[in-house]
Amino acid sequence: MTTTTLAALVPLLPFLGAVATLLLGRRSPGMVQPLAVLPAVAAAVLAAVVAARQGGDEPVTAATELTPTGSVPIDLALHLDGMAVLVAVLVGVVATCVQIYSTGYLRDDPRYASYAALVSLFTAAMLLVVYSGDLLVLLVGWEIMGICSYFLVGHYWDTEVARAASLKAFLVTKLGDVPFLFGIFALASEAGTFRISGILTAAGSGEGLAHPTLIALLLLAGVAGKSAQFPLHTWLPDAMAGPTPVSALIHAATMVAAGVYVVARLLPVFAASAAALVVLAVMAAVTMVGSALAALAQDDIKRVLAYSTVGQLGYMTGALAVGSRDAAVFHLLSHGAFKALLFLAAGVVIHAAGTNSLAAMARMGGLRARVQDAYWTMTAALLALAAVPPFAGFFSKEAVLGAAEAAITGHGATGHGIPGAAAWTVLVAGLAGALLTAAYAARLWLLAFHGRGEPVPDHGPQPVVMNAVLWLLLVPTVAFGLTVWTLPDWLGGHDLTPTLTTTVLGTGLALVGMAATYAAWKQTAGLAARVPAGAVTAHPGEEPALTEAEAEASHEAVYGSPAEEGTPASGAAPDGTATDPGRILLGPALYRHAGSGFHVDALYAALFVRPVRAAARLVRFLDREVVDTYVRGAGTAPRLLGAAVRRAQTGNVQSYLSALLGGALVLAVAVVVATTSVTGG
Amino acid sequence: MTLAAETHGFLSPTGVEIVFLLTGLVTLGAAVITVTTRQLVHAALWLVVALGGLAVEYLLLTAEFVAWVQVLIYVGSVVVLLLFGLMLTRAPIGRSPDADSGNRWVALGVAGAAAVLLVTLVVDAFRTTWIDLDEPKGTTDLLGASVFRHWVLPFEALSVLLLAALVGAIVLSRKDGGAAEEPVEDPAAADDGGEG
Amino acid sequence: MHLAYPAVLAVLLFCVGLYGVLARRNAILVLMSVELMLNAVNLNLVAFDVAFRDVLRSGQSFTLFIIALAAAEIGIGLAIVLMVYRNRGTSAVDRLRDLADTDAGGTGAAADPADPADRQDPQGAGDAAGGPATASKKAEATA
Repeated sequence: MTTTTLAALVPLLPFLGAVATLLLGRRSPGMVQPLAVLPAVAAAVLAAVVAARQGGDEPVTAATELTPTGSVPIDLALHLDGMAVLVAVLVGVVATCVQIYSTGYLRDDPRYASYAALVSLFTAAMLLVVYSGDLLVLLVGWEIMGICSYFLVGHYWDTEVARAASLKAFLVTKLGDVPFLFGIFALASEAGTFRISGILTAAGSGEGLAHPTLIALLLLAGVAGKSAQFPLHTWLPDAMAGPTPVSALIHAATMVAAGVYVVARLLPVFAASAAALVVLAVMAAVTMVGSALAALAQDDIKRVLAYSTVGQLGYMTGALAVGSRDAAVFHLLSHGAFKALLFLAAGVVIHAAGTNSLAAMARMGGLRARVQDAYWTMTAALLALAAVPPFAGFFSKEAVLGAAEAAITGHGATGHGIPGAAAWTVLVAGLAGALLTAAYAARLWLLAFHGRGEPVPDHGPQPVVMNAVLWLLLVPTVAFGLTVWTLPDWLGGHDLTPTLTTTVLGTGLALVGMAATYAAWKQTAGLAARVPAGAVTAHPGEEPALTEAEAEASHEAVYGSPAEEGTPASGAAPDGTATDPGRILLGPALYRHAGSGFHVDALYAALFVRPVRAAARLVRFLDREVVDTYVRGAGTAPRLLGAAVRRAQTGNVQSYLSALLGGALVLAVAVVVATTSVTGG
Repeated sequence: MTLAAETHGFLSPTGVEIVFLLTGLVTLGAAVITVTTRQLVHAALWLVVALGGLAVEYLLLTAEFVAWVQVLIYVGSVVVLLLFGLMLTRAPIGRSPDADSGNRWVALGVAGAAAVLLVTLVVDAFRTTWIDLDEPKGTTDLLGASVFRHWVLPFEALSVLLLAALVGAIVLSRKDGGAAEEPVEDPAAADDGGEG
Repeated sequence: MHLAYPAVLAVLLFCVGLYGVLARRNAILVLMSVELMLNAVNLNLVAFDVAFRDVLRSGQSFTLFIIALAAAEIGIGLAIVLMVYRNRGTSAVDRLRDLADTDAGGTGAAADPADPADRQDPQGAGDAAGGPATASKKAEATA
């Protein structure tokens, strides 16, 4: 088979798997697991084959015009360059891991069939985005991901939290998608085609695009929504209400990666506008630092990871802001590997601990021994997250920082045309982010695995498939960084090896952050060793997801909602703050604000939700009191008239007859009068 | 008759006219009592008087056959039927306070208005028309010849109608699976009377 | 004889019958009033027949037919009245108000409140013996 055919099969297989699962899932539940896993495995293998065949050479393109559209043609186009095939491999591998993990994690879930189908559909959509060579086809995958994330985040729709989170994820991403759509149309109308290659040619050619800044900013809104960048990042931490594998899928490989991927694809369009790059850099910087601070104050282990995802995505957009597509994609790939590992391991930890609260875990002893596999793999992944050499995260993050430095010094990847302000912003924020990232990674590790208190009750061994997936993902987490010398052949060909300055600065800051956290943690040692509040009763015999669902449901009642101002933030729970090194590091005031995500949700509530609600109430009032009055009047008048007429319908024959004869008399008199007047006149 | 009309004034009534007028007053009075009395059986009896008075009026109009048929059928059978009906529905004997419905004032108005209108019209239309009563115009042989020569077909159709009425009365008045009620037999008698 | 005499008498009789039809409560009295109206018409027919010396004697023939029709009518009418009486326990015309337009809600408030016989009727259809019994009680009460 040709490479093109294989590439077409890659998104198609999970899609067919999703359809088959939806069709057969209810009738034969035994078929669901193979139908979910096998297409993902096949897609991963095929993606690898495609990658091997493409080999970083010239892009392979194929296009079929489905139907003439009249104006700008829409093609079913494939565009396989090195970046696309590598990201596709990542997506395939992560999706496979998630599907395998889910067979253990959700093995008894009554909605497992629909869940597996949606994950398959999600994977197919992401693969479509990755391979597509046409912006409208890309948009199709983009939107399918949006709706799939809505369903998957709302998997536990019987809980209020999950419903709210799924709606929020959908609405916030849609808020970005509308400008994104406009941006695509503007771009296509100016470039005269929806084909990405054509657009890039137009953007790179002499006259360029007419309004690159406007288009770039419109596209950026969609990217910010999808990739959870400030200010549209708020949906991602809340999306933790979904099952852990879904979080892993969304965070590592699919949804949030799509935004970065699209920017990377269309980087020449962004590079054509210095303003867009500055906006991108500021967005990335705010996201990096803010999310890292917020992560330092979160209590829910999954929210910590969610904010870390937001921050790492900030690194990717930062790399793009300094024009280094290679660094961004490199970080995307390595982050995809270790973040998937982190989430899947977190699922194991939550199951074992019976809670998703770090404060509760900090008061449990022996959790480390209970989940040996998760402990070791998560340690490696956290080191990768903190960018400690020689793990994958180190190399990719250094690539980002190096690109920023290169942009400042002027001999960068795409060197020319990168505003110095953007490069400086990215570099400084990246270094600050490195410090904070290391700090919260260390905090997570210390609180989760080095709790002091009563030992965790034994919930039995973790499912084998779940642990196996962790070890599988450990391989890229540890070793992916070593591809730094071969990767440029697949990507743009620019050097990605760490430079000395950034290496020393970044690693040094990371070590400082870890050391500071450790010191703060030591200070809190022995302060509180009581029974953890809010740990739910785990169910050893049941599926792991059940524990998580209950922990999610009880979390807010015990620890308060982090999204609401005034209530105790996640980490600031009673008895929980004392043992949290994050509180010492940040100080109480900043800690409280960071715990609630810097009140962005409250701000949105004040800015958008309340005015909209007020407007809705006004409309409701107008509808009920004003419009309905006319409607009711239109009904009431005939009813009163009918009531009046009804009085005549007494059922008494004699009154009917009287009326009849009286009428006849009147007619007779009329006739007599008429005839006499005629004859008389 | 019209040429003779000028010679007859209302102020110089003939003997026949006086008798007609007196009988008419009696008839009308009986009719009024029939529709106003509170005693139901008395109403039926006053109806006999009214119908008998009408029979006299027929005789005065020289329609003797019609007069005898009137006496035979109306006074003889219809009133008897009505009396049977009153008995079968257990009409109270004596004065019943609710013999008139609440509609009576409306009824009075309608009837009075109709009377005024019709009397005005009739008097206006026929005040000069004179009936010549010199020779009898309703003897049995005259009427019989007319009915069985010119009106045979309606007459036979009428017998079919009477049969239908007979069957209908049986169907209506029988109890479930029970025998026919009393009033059924009398239309048959009326039928005979009509043909006789 | 002036034609006006029988014509006016017929008109007055007709109107008296009309009043009876409209004002009487008992169905049999209503039937009597109908007879009065028919007789008024008969008188008209005979009078005009005699007055105009009709060769076919159509007026008198019609009178005969009407007399026969009236007999049939009274038979059928009485049968109907009897059946109504048996089913509903009354022969009062103004109590047969099933066709009255009541409120669709079925509250019964719109139905004639002065009409309790209306509501106890449904079971009266079943027992022919019970209907007249209750009616007789009512008749005694009214008398």
